[in-house]
Amino acid sequence: MKQPVIMIDGNEATASVAHRSNEVIAIYPITPSSGMGEFSDEWSSKGKKNIWGTTPLVVEMQSEGGAAGTVHGALQTGALTTTFTASQGLLLMIPNMYKIAGELTSTVFHVAARALASHALSIYGDHQDVMAVRQTGWALLSSDSVQEAQDFAAIAQAATLKSRIPFVHFFDGFRTSHEVTKILQLTDEELRLMLDDDLIRAHRARGLTPENPVLRGTAQNPDVYFQMREASNPYYTATPAITQEMMDKFAKVTGRHYNLFDYSGHADAERVIIVMGSGGEVVDETVTYLAKKGEKVGCLRVRLYRPFSVEHFIKALPKSVKSIAVLDRTKEPGSMGEPLYMDIVNALSEGKRSEIKVIGGRYGLSSKEFTPAMTKAVFDELAKPEPKNHFTVGINDDVSHTSLKVDSSFSLESEGMVSCVFFGLGSDGTVGANKNSIKIIGEETDNFAQGYFYYDSKKSGTVTISHLRFGPQAIRAPYLIEANQANFVACHQYAFLERVDMLKYAKEGAIFLLNSMYGPDEIWDQLPKEVQKDIIEKKLKFHVINGYEVAEKTGMGGRMNTIMQTAFFAISGILPKEAAIEQIKHAIEKSYGKRGEAVVKKNFEAVDATVANIYEVKVPAKVNSKTTRRLPVPKEAPEFVRDVLGQIIDSDGDNIPVSAFPVDGTFPTGTTQWEKRNLALEIPVWDADICIQCGKCVMVCPHAVIRHKVYDEKLLAKAPESFKHTPSKFKEFSTGFAYTVQVAPEDCTGCTLCVEVCPVKNKTQVGRKAINMEAQPPLREAEVKNWDFFMEIPDMDRKLFNPSTIKNSQLLRPLFEFSGACAGCGETPYVKLVSQLFGDHAVIANATGCSSIYGGNLPTTPWAKNADGRGPAWSNSLFEDNAEFGLGMRLTIDKQTEYAHELVKSFETELSTELVNALLSANQTDEAGIQAQRERVVELKKKLSKSSDTRAKDLISLADNLVKKSVWIIGGDGWAYDIGYGGLDHVLASGRNVNVLVLDTEVYSNTGGQASKSTPRAAVAKFAMSGKGLPKKDLGLIAMSYGYVYVARVAMGANDQQTLRALLEAESYDGPSLIIAYSPCIAHGYDMARSLDQTKLAVQSGHWPMYRYDPRLAIEGQNPLVIEAKEPSIPMSQYAYNETRYKMLTQMNEERAEELMKEAQHDAKARWTLYQQMASMHYGNEEKKS
Amino acid sequence: MTDLSTTYLGLKLKNPLVASASPLSKKVETARQLEEAGISAIVMYSLFEEQIIHESLELDHYLSRGTDSFAEALTYLPDGGMYAVSPEKYLNQLTAMKKALKIPVIASLNGVSKGGWTSYAKKMQEAGADALELNLYYLATDPNMTSNDVENAQVELVAEVKSAISIPLAVKLSPYITALPNFAKRIVAAGASGLVLFNRFYQPDFDLDELSVVPNLELSSSSDLRLPLRWISIMHGNIHADYALSSGVHTAVDVLKSMMAGAKVSMMTSNLLHHGGKIIPTMLEELQTWMKEREYESIKQMQGSMSQRNVREPAAFERANYMKVLSSWRELP
Repeated sequence: MKQPVIMIDGNEATASVAHRSNEVIAIYPITPSSGMGEFSDEWSSKGKKNIWGTTPLVVEMQSEGGAAGTVHGALQTGALTTTFTASQGLLLMIPNMYKIAGELTSTVFHVAARALASHALSIYGDHQDVMAVRQTGWALLSSDSVQEAQDFAAIAQAATLKSRIPFVHFFDGFRTSHEVTKILQLTDEELRLMLDDDLIRAHRARGLTPENPVLRGTAQNPDVYFQMREASNPYYTATPAITQEMMDKFAKVTGRHYNLFDYSGHADAERVIIVMGSGGEVVDETVTYLAKKGEKVGCLRVRLYRPFSVEHFIKALPKSVKSIAVLDRTKEPGSMGEPLYMDIVNALSEGKRSEIKVIGGRYGLSSKEFTPAMTKAVFDELAKPEPKNHFTVGINDDVSHTSLKVDSSFSLESEGMVSCVFFGLGSDGTVGANKNSIKIIGEETDNFAQGYFYYDSKKSGTVTISHLRFGPQAIRAPYLIEANQANFVACHQYAFLERVDMLKYAKEGAIFLLNSMYGPDEIWDQLPKEVQKDIIEKKLKFHVINGYEVAEKTGMGGRMNTIMQTAFFAISGILPKEAAIEQIKHAIEKSYGKRGEAVVKKNFEAVDATVANIYEVKVPAKVNSKTTRRLPVPKEAPEFVRDVLGQIIDSDGDNIPVSAFPVDGTFPTGTTQWEKRNLALEIPVWDADICIQCGKCVMVCPHAVIRHKVYDEKLLAKAPESFKHTPSKFKEFSTGFAYTVQVAPEDCTGCTLCVEVCPVKNKTQVGRKAINMEAQPPLREAEVKNWDFFMEIPDMDRKLFNPSTIKNSQLLRPLFEFSGACAGCGETPYVKLVSQLFGDHAVIANATGCSSIYGGNLPTTPWAKNADGRGPAWSNSLFEDNAEFGLGMRLTIDKQTEYAHELVKSFETELSTELVNALLSANQTDEAGIQAQRERVVELKKKLSKSSDTRAKDLISLADNLVKKSVWIIGGDGWAYDIGYGGLDHVLASGRNVNVLVLDTEVYSNTGGQASKSTPRAAVAKFAMSGKGLPKKDLGLIAMSYGYVYVARVAMGANDQQTLRALLEAESYDGPSLIIAYSPCIAHGYDMARSLDQTKLAVQSGHWPMYRYDPRLAIEGQNPLVIEAKEPSIPMSQYAYNETRYKMLTQMNEERAEELMKEAQHDAKARWTLYQQMASMHYGNEEKKS
Repeated sequence: MTDLSTTYLGLKLKNPLVASASPLSKKVETARQLEEAGISAIVMYSLFEEQIIHESLELDHYLSRGTDSFAEALTYLPDGGMYAVSPEKYLNQLTAMKKALKIPVIASLNGVSKGGWTSYAKKMQEAGADALELNLYYLATDPNMTSNDVENAQVELVAEVKSAISIPLAVKLSPYITALPNFAKRIVAAGASGLVLFNRFYQPDFDLDELSVVPNLELSSSSDLRLPLRWISIMHGNIHADYALSSGVHTAVDVLKSMMAGAKVSMMTSNLLHHGGKIIPTMLEELQTWMKEREYESIKQMQGSMSQRNVREPAAFERANYMKVLSSWRELP
């Protein structure tokens, strides 16, 4: 029987086997493994059966630690159980992994191997996580490709059942987990043949049952623990042979044969590279090429890393080998070498091959590219008489000089292989279209095909690069298409021409397809010099299509996917045009059919309209352009920003040497201001004549691109001509003061929230407001000058006004600006407000999640400094520990302040009694008090600066702690409600003065919308595909139960003044504060420009009751709870069904949707009633309550 | 016992009280309650062309938005492809209604453009609809579009839908037609067996506090009966179709009036939304009583008895009557 061929990525291929061969699956989202959990949840919610005919039970846990515990329990009671994870998630499973192994329990954990957070977090692939579990007693089985990920998932399942040793089956995160490629599908019958029913029944029989009670998990003493630790040795000894047996069985069933160690290359190889993971494909491919040329080289791929079988290893290694390079995709600082290297050295010694010279090296950390050229460099190194040990390859290490020199001109040409590179915007659908294209090529032609997709680190305006390869031979190239290798380069966004060097990928004679609003006769004169030069010198065949026009006419909006996909097929000639169009349409029907005929029709029209609009451009012989590509950052940027961050922005971070970087992950703040992304087609324009100067537009702006200032009107003397201003209406600053609202034209994302929030309507044209959107290009140049001038105007002195009104609070400079968050983000306005109110004396602990990504993902950071150089000091520890991390910060500040106080007292003579008293009793409850204390600290430092007393030096180093510090603990609901809840609870209970801001999007936003315990009933989310059946956890209510925690539930879109008041109160409370902030998110599925109205509906429906709970009131004998929302006045459904997350359930299962909505309505009512009762309780002194 | 039965679109109905297209038919249970209360047929809520397109494009937009943009979150909403966008949902509901009810179920399709519609009509027939009501609604805002353009398009649409189905077709009309009888005649010629008078529209209102335009739908009252009453009276006997009167039916008297004007059935929405099914037995009883007292044997007997051609003052339905009403009105002392 011909085996079915599918185009699939590693996550889906693996999950397919796991789902079909388990009964219980406990999941928790973590990149890049989330896809496996998502597929499993989706399949189970659709009732898809495993190979025994029952649907696996999939349950989402609160953390990977929780998932591991659940898996442990399910295994202990006899279910076939699995989980999926990566990185820190796997580390959180370690305690249970020891238990599961110690109890000899059959299971497979599937791991999309990923880097660990050390000096920085990285979501990308390497082996740091799996290497951190090599000591747990689990077998470690490594897949090199998507095909192997599928196959080894089955082999691992079979081997664990027989060996009773639990398996970690891992493959490279992103490279394998996300690569879409053509594989032979493992059928149900084949999988069934792999799994022995008797072994499954034996597994079940070992499960705990009161029918046959046993006890596991004893505590043991010195007398027996050791012996029992040794008792399981025979099982480990047997595992390699069992795994090989299963590999042999697999070969019989499918024809695909694997070994514990697979050798390839010259039969008499002298130089061999030993490698594990997708790098093995690269080495194997290179070795094949070099061996053909007669080089005596070989590749040994490690499949079963634990238990490590010296016997199998020695057998696999040719006798001719003289030298070996071991490549580790991990880093173990301080060790004698990385783990695989150390194991190989030991294995050669134990296997009596210690005559072989061995060197070890690191490669590919955090998905760093690993290419044939790098492989060649390693072989070249091995050929040297004294090869470098402990080398690195793929970077330029000019500090420790570990790196090998790589000849980048070396590459492998595969006959008939076609390589294509596509540049798109995240929002234009380029990646989706290319996933479709590669599927068409892979499934509808005899070609092998591969697709891999690169994304930059922003959440809005993302540049995506799709790398597609196809050809008649199997593709084994787990690396990006390299410079000068692409046969086809497509630019789906015209604006990229001025900032991205995309033609570096094109080989001579390649096709270049440009989406352009200029036609074939006009385009040439519009191109930057560099682009013209490349087109001429590389003899490119240049085509244009006005995809924007086609999209506009066919209702595709900003989606270029179908259009550019059609253009690709039309020009590239992979398939005959008619056949290609038929296939595209077929794919459209398959992808969008369920979304309705209108969607299919729209896409069909786009396909038909495209073909007639593609033109080949006659390329002139000479470069005539006067424009050049834009610099990534302006010349005047600080050196580090220009030379390092600028290079990263310019997509050239790979070439930055080690010496350019900080050694400990410390970066300067305030750097987003240099990265002008120029995303908005329209920007807000201020109408000074009707503006009431309320500041709401400034407050709501998620990206801090719209600001207002009140300033001495004399400053206008130097203002650019088009700079707008009007007399100030601020009561504190009336005569002689001017007022301006200014927009940063190149930083705006065009979200329109400022227009939506503006309360002013033009009396003669009610559709116009005091802020209106207008086309950006004609305004750009003048507004850049205006913005620069505006920024030169000094900020108003903070002590001259009270920030408790919206308009005044917005005079405070945002110290969080121009982040890469989504356009219209509902979180960032809160973060920005915290930065304005407290940023100059704040230390911030930020949980991993959206806020840590838009807050701290390279190249630039939005956290900024004021004119005095002060600003928030920010750090991200982990996902699970953020509250504790922040508490640690508080403890340092408290301790050091206490110590500083003690020291101050001992220097009364030197400092003067007056200064000492003032320092120790300073009232820092307002800005004036803080500024006065800062001045005292300056005086203290001055007075003690010449002292040689070590205690004086200590005091100088601690004196800044005499100025009030505000500790903010910020994170999303995934952290606060789920993974970090235990810690958060403890920190709140500690009574310490920390301020917790929960940016509640009611879903795991950063990992793509998985349900958290904050997800409301009736909403659909990943891991809750059939609608969440239980109500949202009431975190505020739990916190209130302590009685001494300040708690507020706020919703800026519904009541900005309440938000401001809550933040000020929380910070002023000398104890723990918790603010739960309603944060609209694109995962809710509605137009973010409507988020203010939608937030109001959330409040009016009772879904989001706003309140403040201030324990200080209880001390005064008043009820601490003040509810700041009216009784629910609209049904839940009126709020909910504006959002796709609720509405889609009505389209999937109307009956369940109705039932859940009814219950959600009940939830809202019950919550309201409870709060009402709480707020009406007597505390003894109610009459004083304001 | 007086005979309340009537025939509409070839369907034999036990009485002339029909529930017109409204949210009441969104639940099988409510429909069953109406049936038990005595309603003779149900027109299902409308499947709106705009709604289908909107829901479809909206779902696509929000499922696509933000996808494949950020390495950690390649999508934001689960997309299991298990959606039933309007047509499917509607057809499922229709099937369920047919299964649960004994009375006829008339499906309702609301659209303005050609193309694609015939397939929905056909699917409704396949799902068991006893008849189809096509709701023609078009607000011509383009100054270059003539009334002819609009009417021609609608006539073509009716013909197209009729050609796709074998069940009877009724067309629900707007009152805002310059030459209504001519248009009605063309609609009938294009294949409609029934005419439903009239459609009620959302008329936007202004909110002066917010300076915004707000949608507003007011439920009908008995005074709304007069417009369809007039037009059914005028067209009855001239244009051969089964008439349904569908605005302002609140009492037994309203039903009697509509029958006498020439309607085969009286359709109610506002009344049922307001009072629920319990109003039906009362109305039927009042009908019986009224007819018994005046010795009417059957509803059929009175149908069209006060249409324009059967009354002594046919001009009463025309402009002369308008003058009369105005002059008869005088200021009170």
